[in-house]
Amino acid sequence: MSILVYIDHSDGHIKKQSLEAAAYAAALAAQSNSKADAVILGTPPTDVAVLGNYGIQKAYTVSDAALDSFDSQVYCSVIAQVAEKVAADIIVFSNNANGKAVAPRLSAKLKAGLVAGAIALPDTSNGFVVKKSVFSGKAFANISISSAKKIISVNPNSFGIKTSGTENAVTENITVAVPAAKTKVDAVNKIKGEIPLSEAEIVVSGGRGLKGPENWGMVTELADLLGAATACSRPVADVNWRPHHEHVGQTGLAIAPNLYFAIGISGAIQHLAGVNRSKTIVVINKDPEAPFFKAADYGIVGDAFEVMPKIIEAVKKLKGK
Amino acid sequence: MKILVCISKTPDTTAKIAFTDNNTKFAGDGVQWIINPYDEWYALVRAIELKEADAGTIIHLINVGGADNDPIIRKALALGGDEAIRVNSVNTDSYNVASQIAAVAKDGGYHLVMTGKETIDYNGSSIGGMLAELLDLPYISHAIKLDLSGSEVIVVREIDGGEETDKAALPLIVSCQKGMAEQRIPNMKGIMGARTKPLKVVEPVDAESLTSIASFELPPAKAGVKLVSPDQPEELVRLLHEEARVI
Repeated sequence: MSILVYIDHSDGHIKKQSLEAAAYAAALAAQSNSKADAVILGTPPTDVAVLGNYGIQKAYTVSDAALDSFDSQVYCSVIAQVAEKVAADIIVFSNNANGKAVAPRLSAKLKAGLVAGAIALPDTSNGFVVKKSVFSGKAFANISISSAKKIISVNPNSFGIKTSGTENAVTENITVAVPAAKTKVDAVNKIKGEIPLSEAEIVVSGGRGLKGPENWGMVTELADLLGAATACSRPVADVNWRPHHEHVGQTGLAIAPNLYFAIGISGAIQHLAGVNRSKTIVVINKDPEAPFFKAADYGIVGDAFEVMPKIIEAVKKLKGK
Repeated sequence: MKILVCISKTPDTTAKIAFTDNNTKFAGDGVQWIINPYDEWYALVRAIELKEADAGTIIHLINVGGADNDPIIRKALALGGDEAIRVNSVNTDSYNVASQIAAVAKDGGYHLVMTGKETIDYNGSSIGGMLAELLDLPYISHAIKLDLSGSEVIVVREIDGGEETDKAALPLIVSCQKGMAEQRIPNMKGIMGARTKPLKVVEPVDAESLTSIASFELPPAKAGVKLVSPDQPEELVRLLHEEARVI
């Protein structure tokens, strides 16, 4: 058995979610007595060797500049060719933006059963069963893959970034046919100076309880102190107190940080659907009946306007600021 | 222009999630079923907006499932589709569903196929990509904006930590999410009209399934919230640092 992990990169560096996918692939290889290699498309990032830290010794690169722009059809074709050349039977992706676009295509192309959004290593005691989150975080499903070839996309921040080796991954360039893309990337607009919500280990979030956008200082200040991303509930995004990309919940982004710190959010079921995979949930709300307290690990029943300045002071003291 | 919108049936967002048959089936009895919100609010409504801008546009809806899906298909027709096709098949896995849709779409002459970014039950984000590969078409996923400019389509999609603007020619497959359109409620005229719109039932093609559900699990119950006095918020910071070790 041979495993291939697709490594996504931007701005010359491997994405954090892909390091997690690499660690997953290496752990799967260790579990199944096989080996895991990586595949990297486009101008290679500068930090390929770092994959060694995550248990991957070899990265196949297809360093064709045409692959510096993403197109799901082209990427699918190229990864399929590499998978065939290296005789991979299991292909691992991160379930991030590009993974979500390519993994299903590749599944159809190779007739390889896909588990999208895996949160644990496969259980191979009876077949090949992979656990994933379903019903928007309200349940888990154990999915059995019956095809010979298999694809797993790993949900960001669910497996953990485990290091298991030294920084010694080597690259080998592979030449495959790169078809012409039918879509063209016209512009890329990254949100600057902020930690992307999907990658953040800590998220500080505000809801309608904060009464207006002018009161968001406490959210952003705490986020800055903790190196956290900021988020908000749907009503807040709907009235444009905060930008739409900050909306977490059923119809917004689903996240799984180590700490989700919710201020003035009641915790409607639709909001919980986007955050209930967070490892620790803190809720600050003045309504003791707020449903969020039932899903929380820590809470304060109190007025955010009185409580938050003291919390910020205590965090400053903790951080030595 | 001819648009195909894929719609899926899901439990309502507030439905109780429970399982039967030794935790292998979703307990659907008494559950309110809805059109998957991403399919309805974003894919279908954006298709309707395109039709409003160009009256020559035709919108077909496709759903894979049994006759119990007809009420949600009628609701989608009430919102604005022209006609619907239901593939009379039991959903086994996403590859099978994508194969059923591909069999209908391949000779349908569609310029644009739209899906929601994922369903709120299986959260797979898979149908659009699989369909694109089966039909050998370009695919843009997680689109937050879609505009037509002559024969070109301009799509803005979400990427990790930002947005990307793509240009593509038709035909194209797009999965849609928040930003594409705003939720609409069907009006009386739409509801009346939907009753007489064609809902064609076709039999499924032979297609494989690559995966199956071995079992479901509910998440372990939380131990219960540890409440800190509002007079001592600094105690919360201590707990997060020393006990939970998250800051």
